[in-house]
Amino acid sequence: MLLTPRDEKDVADAIRAALAQDAPLSVEGHGSKSALGRATQRERILSLAALSGVTLYEPQELVLTARAGTPLRDIVALLDGEGQQLAFEPLDHAPLLGGARDNATIGGVIAVNASGPRRIRAGAARDHLLGFRCVTGRGEIVKSGGRVMKNVTGYDLSKLVTGSYGTLAALTEVTLKALPKAETEETLLLSGLGEEKGLAALRKASGSPYEVSSFAYDPRNDAAALRLDGPEISVLTRRDDLAAFLASFCAAIDVLRDAESRAFWSRLRDAEPIAGEGVIWRVSLAPTDGFAFVERLRRAGAPLIAHVYDWAGGLVWLRLETAADAHAQAIRAIVDSLGGHATLIRADAEIRARVDVFHPQPSALAALTRRVKEAFDPRFILERGRLRAEF
Amino acid sequence: MSLLMPLPEQAILARREELVARLRAILPAANVIADETARRAYECDALVMYRALPLVVALPETVAQVSAVMALAQEMNVKVVPRGAGTSLSGGALPLEDGILLGMSKFNRILEVDFENRCARVQPGVQNLAISKAVEYAGFYYAPDPSSQIACTIGGNVGENAGGVHCLKYGLTTNNILGLEIVLMGGDVLRLGGKHLDSELYDLIGLMTGSEGLLGVVTEVTVRLLRKPMSARGLLLAFPSVEAGARCVGAIIARGVIPGGLEMMDAATIRAVENFQPCGYPLDAGAIVIVELDGTPAEVDHLVAVAEQIARAEGATETRVSQSEAERLRFWAGRKNAFPAVSCIGPDYLCMDGTIPRGRLPEVLTRMDGLAKLHGLRVANVFHAGDGNLHPLILYDASKEGDIERAEKLGADILRLCVEVGGVLTGEHGVGVEKRDLMHAMFDETDLAQQQRVKCAFDPQHRLNPGKVFPTLHRCAELGMMHVQGGKLPFPDLPRF
Repeated sequence: MLLTPRDEKDVADAIRAALAQDAPLSVEGHGSKSALGRATQRERILSLAALSGVTLYEPQELVLTARAGTPLRDIVALLDGEGQQLAFEPLDHAPLLGGARDNATIGGVIAVNASGPRRIRAGAARDHLLGFRCVTGRGEIVKSGGRVMKNVTGYDLSKLVTGSYGTLAALTEVTLKALPKAETEETLLLSGLGEEKGLAALRKASGSPYEVSSFAYDPRNDAAALRLDGPEISVLTRRDDLAAFLASFCAAIDVLRDAESRAFWSRLRDAEPIAGEGVIWRVSLAPTDGFAFVERLRRAGAPLIAHVYDWAGGLVWLRLETAADAHAQAIRAIVDSLGGHATLIRADAEIRARVDVFHPQPSALAALTRRVKEAFDPRFILERGRLRAEF
Repeated sequence: MSLLMPLPEQAILARREELVARLRAILPAANVIADETARRAYECDALVMYRALPLVVALPETVAQVSAVMALAQEMNVKVVPRGAGTSLSGGALPLEDGILLGMSKFNRILEVDFENRCARVQPGVQNLAISKAVEYAGFYYAPDPSSQIACTIGGNVGENAGGVHCLKYGLTTNNILGLEIVLMGGDVLRLGGKHLDSELYDLIGLMTGSEGLLGVVTEVTVRLLRKPMSARGLLLAFPSVEAGARCVGAIIARGVIPGGLEMMDAATIRAVENFQPCGYPLDAGAIVIVELDGTPAEVDHLVAVAEQIARAEGATETRVSQSEAERLRFWAGRKNAFPAVSCIGPDYLCMDGTIPRGRLPEVLTRMDGLAKLHGLRVANVFHAGDGNLHPLILYDASKEGDIERAEKLGADILRLCVEVGGVLTGEHGVGVEKRDLMHAMFDETDLAQQQRVKCAFDPQHRLNPGKVFPTLHRCAELGMMHVQGGKLPFPDLPRF
């Protein structure tokens, strides 16, 4: 059953009706991320697609407010017209999950904290959400935050709803920070270093003063990639300075300019280098642990098909041959010994119903997480089972 | 001094000796302060108009001790107020007469510096500036720089989500930490995050940051370290009016330039600063804007030229560009002295902290002026102009009958004005007790009830720092059942502070 509220009040009515009938709701925009998370019975879907439209955009104030169902591409186009952007580079899940490209809504982007390669320098979606309106799992309309850059009035619930997969509240409106687009960008490609040394080069660059905005390593073509963006005069001097700074690595150096560079990073943002058949994981670690993690996974005999590193080694995308537990045990044992977390991004629904899609937590933290869920949605009416089997 | 706090619980006061004895079983004897004179040192934070003598002061040295104190507090049903350096401007560390004041000053070590992962693990009692000092030899720093940074501690920064003059470009505390260790009421120790980016499941690090000590006690912080920019230059721009200065600020940002620092002060502040310690600000200016641009030398030179050209076009009567590091620091010297300078003409002042949409500044200033006249007081203005964060300094004389009350009323009117034009009550100082009773200007009962339910998830008995942030205390059981309709509580006669 598809519920299609037209406004916030309708959303509240729909959630109250669901509460009265104890009939859980899935929350979606255009459904581009419906295959993310634990597989659940999606019998009643609360579609926010009709809550669409930008309600406020003031470029000089660096702020934009949009209803949750507004297509991301509309927002990107509007910002682009004023030379601005969402600096956290929300990824497009289509190459990994299937479905049409460029089909996300802004509410979905916030609900999964979708962030791309520039996250390491510019922050994640959670760093750009200034305020929001929502309907909680209690059926109440609640607002939090504001439209200004600096605000510590009350708890920062923006952080809590970002990445909550709709389990706390159905977002109805979000207010985001908009930032200037860089005048130009270039990418230095260092090749021939091998995986370990290539990653070391990225980490060295990340401690340099040259304001590198993205750091990736792709083992398929043995390329360590470093993105520089800003005013042209600055990019050109930093590119040369950075190349000199990394001279001791003796790598072959190529430069991707402007459109080429943008194409490279949008492919990486969407994890296209690892797209294909099998199960897909996203692993977040300290940058120095990225390579160690992959090495240990290989030694443990995991059937790794493809992998790529972002965030200077702090983010590893993996594709493996499918298996009953999607290799969760092997992957998480290594991650736990290093510190970090592993999320199962793609696997058959049957696997995602059995295996913990999100990293298990120690018991005291798991209990607190559940109490936070209950604070917003005591009857588990929103996205029941999407994050955890128990709620 | 019309502040109402929760009434001290007689049952707790009666068990004071037992509490002190049991704390002494957990902590070294010298770390439990029961003597009245010694407790006086903790009776207020930087919001000095409100004071209370804590029941007892506990100074733990280890996480295990913090955990044991929190377990004891839960068992004896005693309130706990955490405190870092006590520099809160909103009364976040104001003690309770029936509560333990939990001082974190002994947690003063930097545990690990990890340049390769660009982070450091530090204890909460480490001073903000000490982190930057410890890593500057390698060219790194910790970005948030509240003006109290020589004294304030990182644990308190997390509690208040502290900002500073560089946050438009480099973010607030919440954008610059990777991990936390916290102790909950009852003693559970949780580690959140680490050296990696982004939380799994709910972002409890983001929630803890700015929670004003109401959710948990921070016992360790993993901060991000940034590489220092290669160069920085300052521009000192004079304008005939604050309105003209504000237009210039808007024009710089509209051009796509995000300066490292972007500050403004009005004529009253300029004169106060020049009286206090002359630093060469033009005394005939209606406003001064300080712009700091950082990055590679080529980029900085380019941006300085852009900013200077914009300033001229916007009617700057004077533009100075720093030609040396010493000159850049001189530009900042007056801004950094602004608060003490203003207190010399005051003799007392109340510092407000509202944030507004930048474009509304001229209107807000005109109306603020009217409000000040109405209350018969003067206001000097310092702004973090880039992010719209205002610090109106309300001048009053505490020795004059009724002046404090007038200043407080004017402050409340100014903050309501900020909210009315689309802004917020506090940009970086926190709600604490100071703005607690104004929360209804921004939130309705439904919004506040939801925030308090989050509090209940961490501290169902309201033992941790109660009386701060929320204008009404609800029992958690009651919040669980309460259904707020149309922003109105079903029981409007519930007790309020």
